Amino acid sequence: MTSAEKYVTAAYLVVLAVVLLYVIIYSFRLQRLEREITELAELARRKQVA
Amino acid sequence: MTSSLRSNQAVLLAAAAFALLLGGLALAFYWVPQAPLEGFRQRIFYIHVPVALTAYACFGWGAWKALRLLWKRDRRYDLESYTAVHIGVIFGILTLVTGSIWARTSWGVWWSWGERQLVLFLVLFLFYCAYFMLRYSVEPGPRRAQMSAVYALFGVVLIPISFLAIRLAENFIHPVVFSRDVDENLTGSQAATFGVCLAGTLALAAALHVNELRGKRLDERLRELREALA
Repeated sequence: MTSAEKYVTAAYLVVLAVVLLYVIIYSFRLQRLEREITELAELARRKQVA
Repeated sequence: MTSSLRSNQAVLLAAAAFALLLGGLALAFYWVPQAPLEGFRQRIFYIHVPVALTAYACFGWGAWKALRLLWKRDRRYDLESYTAVHIGVIFGILTLVTGSIWARTSWGVWWSWGERQLVLFLVLFLFYCAYFMLRYSVEPGPRRAQMSAVYALFGVVLIPISFLAIRLAENFIHPVVFSRDVDENLTGSQAATFGVCLAGTLALAAALHVNELRGKRLDERLRELREALA
């Protein structure tokens, strides 16, 4: 692999890596939202019982 | 727009982005002939320039939504403008990184402070990074929305300056690819490949924007629900 080929590959991989990183961050965010919804549903249920 | 429609829109945009970017990549590596001067390294162009133009488009979209907010006084535009700037900054990072890689392979340096167009893009990027500092230094509410909108509108002025700097620079080493000079212009296959890649990055930005906006709206609704249940 020539030096130019390495740099071109790196440029395309950087874009792919950033998109993947975004997807990973977004999946953590979804996990947090899911947890919060469960907590709120539990809170609403307790309020209803009381 | 209903939640399921937005969800379908996000899936369609993501699928379009995937197909277009994959197609663009294939065209860039297997169809476009080798550039006579730059050689193989010129292929960075098909990712670097679409990403840079997408960053400009996101900042422009953010400014348009900011203008709508100031005009209509509708709070939903605040979140839309903020999300567009957020995505624009992600594409700004990609522009700087891919540009630096291209600079290293073409000019032998990662960065050149003497190049006006590079410095102007960095100024534009840092200006939009400061948008977040401003936004989070003010309490949520109409004042924050208006301040953020005015800031986003000021930033959009830098876009034509940054774009034109490549053409106005006298001692440039940064290549100019869209010019009236036929020798410097793109060939048919180069222009077609560039078009596919640009459509792909724009679709990717739109997919990220739709998803990010949904996430931010969900956050807001959950906060309201928590306050109501407290």
